[in-house]
Amino acid sequence: MNDMTHKGLDLATQTAKISASGVQVHYGTNHALKDVDVTILDRTVTAFIGPSGCGKSTFLRCLNRMNDTVASCRVSGQILLEGEDIYDRRVDPVQLRAKVGMVFQKPNPFPKSIYDNVAYGPKIHGMTRNKAELDAIVEASLRKAALWNEVKDRLDATGTGLSGGQQQRLCIARAIATSPEVLLMDEPCSALDPIATAQVEELIDELRHQYSVVIVTHSMQQAARVSQKTAFFHLGNLVEFGETGAIFTNPKDTRTEAYITGRIG
Amino acid sequence: MTDISAAGAMPATQPKNSLFVQDDLTRRRNAAEARFKWYGIVAIVLSLSVLAIMLFTIFRDGTSAFRQASVAFPITLEADILDPNGARDPADLAKVTTIGYGNLIGQQFANFLTAEGITVEGISDKDISGMISRDAPGRLRDMVLADPSLIGQTIDFNAYATGRIDGYMKGRVTLETAELDSNVSLEQLQLADQLIARNILTSGFNSGFLTNPDASDQRPESAGLGVAIIGSLYMMMLVLIFTLPVGVAASIYLEEFAPKNRLTDLIEVNISNLAAVPSIVFGILGLAIFINFAGLPQSSSLVGALVISLMTLPTIIIATRAAIRAVPPSIRDAALGVGASKMQTVFHHVLPLAMPGILTGTILGLASALGETAPLLLIGMVAFVTNYPAGPFDGGVMDPATALPVQVYSWASRSDPAFIERSSGAIIVLLAFLVIMNVAAILLRRRFERRW
Ligand SMILES: Nc1ncnc2c1ncn2[C@@H]1O[C@H](COP(=O)(O)OP(=O)(O)O)[C@@H](O)[C@H]1O
Ligand SMILES: [Mg+2]
Repeated sequence: MNDMTHKGLDLATQTAKISASGVQVHYGTNHALKDVDVTILDRTVTAFIGPSGCGKSTFLRCLNRMNDTVASCRVSGQILLEGEDIYDRRVDPVQLRAKVGMVFQKPNPFPKSIYDNVAYGPKIHGMTRNKAELDAIVEASLRKAALWNEVKDRLDATGTGLSGGQQQRLCIARAIATSPEVLLMDEPCSALDPIATAQVEELIDELRHQYSVVIVTHSMQQAARVSQKTAFFHLGNLVEFGETGAIFTNPKDTRTEAYITGRIG
Repeated sequence: MTDISAAGAMPATQPKNSLFVQDDLTRRRNAAEARFKWYGIVAIVLSLSVLAIMLFTIFRDGTSAFRQASVAFPITLEADILDPNGARDPADLAKVTTIGYGNLIGQQFANFLTAEGITVEGISDKDISGMISRDAPGRLRDMVLADPSLIGQTIDFNAYATGRIDGYMKGRVTLETAELDSNVSLEQLQLADQLIARNILTSGFNSGFLTNPDASDQRPESAGLGVAIIGSLYMMMLVLIFTLPVGVAASIYLEEFAPKNRLTDLIEVNISNLAAVPSIVFGILGLAIFINFAGLPQSSSLVGALVISLMTLPTIIIATRAAIRAVPPSIRDAALGVGASKMQTVFHHVLPLAMPGILTGTILGLASALGETAPLLLIGMVAFVTNYPAGPFDGGVMDPATALPVQVYSWASRSDPAFIERSSGAIIVLLAFLVIMNVAAILLRRRFERRW
């Protein structure tokens, strides 16, 4: 772990975690994603921005094959996770999703206890041999998600009884409990108030030390605050992809400029 | 405020477009709304009053079935009649038929009346013994055969009074109707008056109505729902065992696994159609397949349950699918997102959340199955069954039985008013079961209602 080198994170030293090339997605006859090439670096926060319906969620859901659950969805092109094609016939999406965790737009804890929410992933993946190990994972995950202090006395309380911001952090804890390598977040703050949003953003910054994080966001300030790389999507095309600072200060494409200055979207 | 008072130039009468005056359109809309409200109230009052009338007549006619007149008197079980050889040999004892016991009871009752000094002028011996149900000899014989040591003793015997005497105590039979009735004489009613006065003929709770098997036309007083209740319970149990696993498995497959194509569409349409098939058709199907082809025993609760399962299955599938569909997709996403397989998602998350809905649907399906009559008529469950089926684990489901609604039907078609009364009484029992099941369904729904 090279957390010490983090101060001025040097993108050049990070290796590619996911590389997507020529990704096309169709929903029936709707061509939702056209020829997208993106490289997602290890231990980096990558933000996807763009107007509604431009395909950000679609692309995110390609990265852990959640799109498999949509009957009409067809994906072509190549997505490599550490050099392995995740759409290869031999890949079981269940195994993939243990490596590529996901946090959804609306907090969706299971209607079970806080403990069971976090323990579920490790349990089904057989990651622990006894209760003590499981307890340790639950505590570590809740600590990483900055929720431990708030819930440590009521792990048996139901997860749906928490506040919106706490629920979303619980979902993050649940996602990192399986020790994924990549964490996908689809507008994780859109249902949260500013204080909860700040907490989650802080958390994302923490998570960067250990995971590769991909976040879809509608807020350009948020993208600027938390990400090192930004991809701008428009009408199913990846218009521009580069370092966050460059995208926001010196966009190359007129559509990017129009979007970040508020003229489209 | 100042602005408005400044407009004091306004005329004292309201202007045409004032909010205080309804314009024509508003008035018409309000009138239509009021009318519609009244239609609704009338419709509800109408249906509620029909329901009230129905319940009122059922309870008026049926509650009397839960009371029954009986005669209590001592009876000496004379050894020279019941066991002429004196060997207490069971084979010998069994040779004495119910006719022998009937004579004994008639004699002893007459002796008892003489000893008590109760007489009615002109009453025949036949009239006296005719006060007591024809069910009594068989009952006494069973008592003696079960315990031969009773022979020679004097026991307190409690026998049902005949249906007419019972009817007299309930006000159904009067001196006027008795004059036209060949089944009861005026002397018998006079005797009944005296017995009532002496507390020998009394009317009490009729537990036999819930436990006795059916009885022939000659002795309605001993007819009960015992076999019908057992038959209905067996059928409900079997229907639950047959339909719940199949229905839930089919629903899970259709909702969560089946590819969306023509074939699954066709299956779905046919499941809905199956729910709409008239029940008598299922009866014919059951007769042809389960009895004629598979050779299962007629009138058995097993065949009844199989036929009713066919009818209940679509109901359960429809309820289960609705319950599964009501589980929010975000829960499935969450489970899949942490790497659960489809099967784990369904069994760990979807099914537990859908369970209250599934069970509620199942109970309501069973409740409607409980009232199902037509298909049971076709497979012979309307038979006259006087023997209790064996226990559920001794092959009792293969024994002939009847069911509650069928018993209602068969009693309603008999002529004796005592059976008509029992028919309404059976409806009350059936309704009680239905109310219990519906309350269970409601409690279940309340108890497990989820918020997410
Ligand atoms: N489940 C789906 N079925 C069919 N079309 C979909 C589905 N999800 C998204 N789409 C379509 O794909 C396009 C991109 O949607 P999405 O990825 O959700 O956009 P974004 O997240 O950027 O707002 C839209 O045109 C949308 O209508
Ligand atoms: Mg989206």
